Amino acid sequence: MRASLFITCYNDTLFPETGRAVVFLLERLGVDLEFHPKQTCCGQMHANTGFRTEAFSQAKRLVQMYADAENVVIPSSSCVAMMRDQYPGLFDELGNQSLRSDFAALLPRVYELSEFLIDKLGVEDVGAYFPHRVTYHASCHGLRAIQLGDRPFRLLQKVRGLDFAPLPNLDRCCGFGGTFSVKNAEVSSAMMTAKLQDVLSTKAEFCTALDNSCLMHLGGAMHREFAGMKTIHMAQILASTEKSPMEAFA
Amino acid sequence: MSQATERPVLDPTIALPFHQAALPVLRDAQLRKNVAHAIDVIQTKRGRLVAEKTDWQELRSAAAEIRAHVLENLGTYLEQFEARCTAAGGHVHWASDAAEAREIIRGILRSEKASEVIKIKTMTSAEIQLNPYLEADGVNVFETDLAEIILQLGNQEPSHIVVPALHINRSQVREIFAKSMGRPELSDDPQTLTDAARRYLRRKFLDIPAAISGANFLIAETGGVAIVESEGNGRMCLTLPKTLIALAGIEKVLPRFTDLEVMLQVLARSATGERMNPYTSLWNGVTPGDGPQNFHVVLLDNGRSSILGKAKERQTLRCIRCAACMNACPVYRQTGGHAYGSVYPGPIGAILTPQLMQLQHAQSLPYASSLCGACYEVCPVKINIPEILIDLRAQVVDQERHKGSGIFSPLNVGLRIAGVLFSSAGLFHAAQRIGRIGARLFTRKDGWIHSLPSVGGKWTQTRDLRGFPKQTFREWFENRPAKIGTEGK
Repeated sequence: MRASLFITCYNDTLFPETGRAVVFLLERLGVDLEFHPKQTCCGQMHANTGFRTEAFSQAKRLVQMYADAENVVIPSSSCVAMMRDQYPGLFDELGNQSLRSDFAALLPRVYELSEFLIDKLGVEDVGAYFPHRVTYHASCHGLRAIQLGDRPFRLLQKVRGLDFAPLPNLDRCCGFGGTFSVKNAEVSSAMMTAKLQDVLSTKAEFCTALDNSCLMHLGGAMHREFAGMKTIHMAQILASTEKSPMEAFA
Repeated sequence: MSQATERPVLDPTIALPFHQAALPVLRDAQLRKNVAHAIDVIQTKRGRLVAEKTDWQELRSAAAEIRAHVLENLGTYLEQFEARCTAAGGHVHWASDAAEAREIIRGILRSEKASEVIKIKTMTSAEIQLNPYLEADGVNVFETDLAEIILQLGNQEPSHIVVPALHINRSQVREIFAKSMGRPELSDDPQTLTDAARRYLRRKFLDIPAAISGANFLIAETGGVAIVESEGNGRMCLTLPKTLIALAGIEKVLPRFTDLEVMLQVLARSATGERMNPYTSLWNGVTPGDGPQNFHVVLLDNGRSSILGKAKERQTLRCIRCAACMNACPVYRQTGGHAYGSVYPGPIGAILTPQLMQLQHAQSLPYASSLCGACYEVCPVKINIPEILIDLRAQVVDQERHKGSGIFSPLNVGLRIAGVLFSSAGLFHAAQRIGRIGARLFTRKDGWIHSLPSVGGKWTQTRDLRGFPKQTFREWFENRPAKIGTEGK
């Protein structure tokens, strides 16, 4: 099976290890992975801050870029949510009929990583080995916007050696919220402090998620506070095996 | 007492922006504890009662459809309401803005020579700042809802639309009552405090001949008004006085009496986590010899019809003021209501207030959300609050572009530059490399950035940022020797 990886702008720049893990994982599962060199951003940051024109031109670029892709895999629920929830409105308002139909044709082939593994590849056991205590943070976009449901839990359950620690108040936002984290930095930090209390109460070694954006926020606070816990994108857990533990692509 | 020392401002025309108004609250440990505790209690009850309703999603859909239908035919239903209410002996007044509504109400009270008036909790009266206006005109206004009494006697502002004194705990209530009622012997036992409020209220119910209420629903079919409440103070206000004035937003109308079957179910469960609210009052016009003989309805526009004209934003007016959105909101949970600088706080306030102000004020409110979507998930009339927040943000940005204000803020300049960079992979890649070099200046030996200038400093005031990696993903991918894991294929 062929799939094109939309890595997302911030993973590309700040979290290349997540991208490498997706490549390790999907190629191990026999996926023929492509990377479109022209990719940049899905437009979410601009759309959510009110910069609709900029968001539209990025959305348009993305749809045109992936017109011929067999599947598009995105290791970020919030970027997938951007496409599903906001592209239709942007295209209705600023696009034309051909763009709208191109988008309609592309959308069923767009997958968030856990959706691609479970819904498209039909695997829950990806052959991973990760001998650590791990808690899972459900990002709001993964939970409510694209409704990942129990997919992340099913994937983690099958990871050998993994000691899963459930997170209290799973449905509560961590306070990142994109530019909210700087526009309302103090409120964002208050929300983060509340979330960290729950996360640290699990006594896990790692807090994982399907969005590096929340993890950048929580991980940044853990580092500042000497909290003794680390964040890790779930792709990196799923890519880890006895032979190539996470250090292999870190 | 540990309330923020300065009295919060709930007038959007003069309130501070949300991020500034939030600061004193975030520093007030007692207030935040009170808010979180109260919300946890309501949320737990709501969760239980929504879960027992196996057709909850269908009920939500039905409620959303009824309200959406009303808004598409609002003129028809309002005229029908006016005709039926008038036929039943009521007087209907139309107020295009707050000033007109206040003037109408003052006129009625003057013609009745009323120097005192009792009130049921009503958000619309707070919206038009009725109490200070009437008091300046020499009318003594007495709130009768327990929470509103606490606020009025304590000279405080409401922080929630259903539980207005949610930010105050019972020992603080005791202090307010002891001082204002001259009863230092009072304990903080809830029974004792309620009893004190009863004594304070009883004479007012019996003696004061005029009352002001809001309306939960207006029924077009019958010309009737419906009010739901928990304490029975409303029933007293609606039945004992000679004159009754109901102030209602024009969006409050329902087509048929039977629509209440849906609306009352979703409202009670969403608002207070009850199967049914304790008191539901329904009446049509005037009944000789029974209840108020002089009944007025004031229909308030005050910015609503401009919202009605916009297809996406129109759903804002479906709101039935249950407050489920603020109870579910992780932002409200931290800040409480005062930071919103409006009588409508929380997610609904963040979309309603700027629109009622026609975006002349309260431009910070659409940004007072992490867009987590919890509000939309619980809304009993399915208002897509995140969608409207984003739309309002776009309107704020357009407005700034037009006026030339705010476009030079570091964040906005950064976003504009990013817009250009994202338009080309070459530019984006160049920016990544420049960013990587620039970041080295701020990266410590441990590989992390502990402090950044400008907007970045907002991030690093509470969070570190890992330094930029040596290679972007695209650099790695384009230069990797071979596919991994392809052995044996």
